[in-house]
Amino acid sequence: MLKYYLQLALLSLRQHRVLTALMVLTLAVGIGASMTTLTVMRVLSGDPVPSRQGQLFHPEVDPWPMDRYVAGQTQPPPNLSYADAMGLMHASRATQQVTLTTSRAKLLPHANGEHPFFADTVMTTHGFFGTFDTPFEYGGGWSQAQDDSRERVMVIADALNRKLFGGTNSVGKSLRVAGHDYRIVGVLAPWDPQPRFYDLTLRGRGYGAGDMLYMPLEAALDDGLHSSTMNCYDSGDFSKPRVAPCMWLTLWVRLTSSAQQRDYRAMLHSYVKQQIAMGRLHRPDARLMSMRQWLDDRQAVPDDVRVQTGMALGFLLICIVNTIGLLLAKCLRRSREIGTRRALGASRAAIFAQFMVESAIVGLSGGVLGLVLAEIGLWGVRHQPVSYASLAHLDPLMFAFTFVVAVSAALLAGLLPAWRACVVAPAPQLKAG
Amino acid sequence: MHIRHILAALRHHRIAALLITLEIAFSCAVICNALFVISTRLERMHRPTGADETHLVEVRVGHVARRSAEATLAQTHTDLAALRRISGVSHVTLVNQTLFGSSISFSSVSLSSDSNAPSTAVTQYMADVNLIDTLGLKVVAGRGFRPDDQVTDASLNDKNPPQMPVIISQALAKHLFPGQSAVGKTLYAFGPNRIVGVVKRLVQPRDFGAPGEYEYAMVFPVDTPYPQGTYLLRVRDPAQRQQVIKQALSVLKKDGPLRLVSPKYARTTEAARAKYYSADRAMAWLLAGVCVLLLGVTALGIVGLTSFWVTQRRHQIGIRRAIGATRRDILTYFQTENFLIASAGIVLGMALAYGINLLLMQRYELPRLPFYYFPVGALVLWVLGQLSVLGAALRATHVPPVVATRAA
Repeated sequence: MLKYYLQLALLSLRQHRVLTALMVLTLAVGIGASMTTLTVMRVLSGDPVPSRQGQLFHPEVDPWPMDRYVAGQTQPPPNLSYADAMGLMHASRATQQVTLTTSRAKLLPHANGEHPFFADTVMTTHGFFGTFDTPFEYGGGWSQAQDDSRERVMVIADALNRKLFGGTNSVGKSLRVAGHDYRIVGVLAPWDPQPRFYDLTLRGRGYGAGDMLYMPLEAALDDGLHSSTMNCYDSGDFSKPRVAPCMWLTLWVRLTSSAQQRDYRAMLHSYVKQQIAMGRLHRPDARLMSMRQWLDDRQAVPDDVRVQTGMALGFLLICIVNTIGLLLAKCLRRSREIGTRRALGASRAAIFAQFMVESAIVGLSGGVLGLVLAEIGLWGVRHQPVSYASLAHLDPLMFAFTFVVAVSAALLAGLLPAWRACVVAPAPQLKAG
Repeated sequence: MHIRHILAALRHHRIAALLITLEIAFSCAVICNALFVISTRLERMHRPTGADETHLVEVRVGHVARRSAEATLAQTHTDLAALRRISGVSHVTLVNQTLFGSSISFSSVSLSSDSNAPSTAVTQYMADVNLIDTLGLKVVAGRGFRPDDQVTDASLNDKNPPQMPVIISQALAKHLFPGQSAVGKTLYAFGPNRIVGVVKRLVQPRDFGAPGEYEYAMVFPVDTPYPQGTYLLRVRDPAQRQQVIKQALSVLKKDGPLRLVSPKYARTTEAARAKYYSADRAMAWLLAGVCVLLLGVTALGIVGLTSFWVTQRRHQIGIRRAIGATRRDILTYFQTENFLIASAGIVLGMALAYGINLLLMQRYELPRLPFYYFPVGALVLWVLGQLSVLGAALRATHVPPVVATRAA
């Protein structure tokens, strides 16, 4: 039966080439546009560290003075001062924790003929690699003891290792940063969490090319590296970052159970109370944000992308309405044919099925063409001047989703015309001939 | 016109008419809002900075080896003198932050020394006294800086920092001293700072904080060492900018110890502006593309349905022609029909457009859709409808009256 419907559908579609082409084209354009923007949305709203899903948290306290404070409305700033970051690190019982900031280090390779250049750098503590589950190509991170003794060690990114050492094992070699030799102890395998969640309030660059160097915070500070951000809440000596009343570090903790989260929250609040009693802090607010809340709060998905997605979905809706209209026109034009088939004994269900098969064919062709258009659209996104450009690729799931959307859109569009077709009364149609 | 007859005829095609109405309504709603977003982006991209951007180039130099503060500052002065000697360069300065640059520096500004006084975060340009002339800022009250106004960057960290004068933008002057002259008054940023001049316009290097604060800026005469700033050169002839960049790089490379001097860190301010607004430009183009596609799809829908209607009504048209209707009457019939459907769609679309705008206002801080977008959107869709119906309607006028005599 299905084979017969297919034959009928193909015959009818061939008879009305222009109309068929119009339907497939509109559906394809709608699907192409919405798949393009949905893919971008999906890429941007993904979990940056899937292996630590639901386990990473971001504590915040508020060091500002009491003026202009509105209880319940004022949100704590995202970054911490050195004193608070270290205070919380010492007070905590988190499974793993790390504090970090970003910098631009001037790097002088030892190889002959290489010019000095700026490298995007993370200044952090030994917990970085464990907390974020970073993969290593060679070697590993550094230890707490190396942090404490301010040893000049570093981990470099795979891209830098390829650039300077041709991808060979460079552990044990050293690079000159800020006038000092730092020994490489580890080389990361390609690792570039998207969005780069830890950077959102430091340099504010969530997407695009990643960091090159990972240096121990204390040693790098001793050698005069500066944080790329410095937000000061009081007057004082800004030239010494460890004592300056300025926020420039972020803290991430890994909490694996809800009991641990509860404990950490309690610790955070008692820390703030204790600091208020000491007169160091004034505002009582503190919060512990999950990765999801953090990404939403920092608008990791740009507003432009949300607006584009909304527009594309509206566009798809218009395309579907349009396809309904065209299918309807086509089907009503065939009242005679339907009347004949009904008179020859075809049931209403048979007519309905025939028209739905026709819609499905339109949907599938629209889907295939839509996929091509989505690929073209994503190619366009990749050539846009946005930081997330390089991430815009269609993955298998979106690929499958496209077909489901296309076929269901076409079936949805076909419902009304098919229903209209199956209620056609045979007698008047035959008489009219 | 026989509007009543048209409506009666449409009643037989309720679903098809409803579909076209809906399609027009959705298009109208989306297009009104898209056009509005495009216009806000264009407006944003063309905001002036107050500086004479076409005459400016900037060169950033990084230091690799650490040297004493005195040696670095001396090197900065040597650089400035060498850059000033380049032919075609009229002014040179070193500034802590450049227009459209990535770094932005703020101080909280209040009108009293009390730390609890209400304050505003204002961006600060710190440069030697040549900044005002290099940027080409217009001093509208008071004066520019004099050489003896200048303090050194290092002295700002002293226990008793020197008192330095400040020049502020007119928008900030109006905000701090509404209805009064700001010149001669004092603001508190780095201790008390006396306002010696007001410039017509100067803005933040990049958008930060509330939109109104974009135009708040202040300038301090600070002799800054080069690793903390960017060399800014004003050229006499915009055509010479690339030439000047090349010469500046070679001058800076020749001069001084091992430093980071690279074309990567040199650009014209015009290029910086283009890069800063590239995302806005891309979004505007994208929305414009969507609008065109949307209009195309809507037109296709109207063409498809009306041509079907014409085929279906051949017999009726023939009867009308036979009983005396002219070709013109037939044409007007289809045009009026389309006008009625489009109008219904537009009314619905306006309500939808308003709703979408409310949603955007809530979630994306977009301003309210100005009233005049509604008639513009309506006009676009009316014209589109008339154009799409024209082909089918003209075909209808060629239906010969003899059709009426044939079997229905």
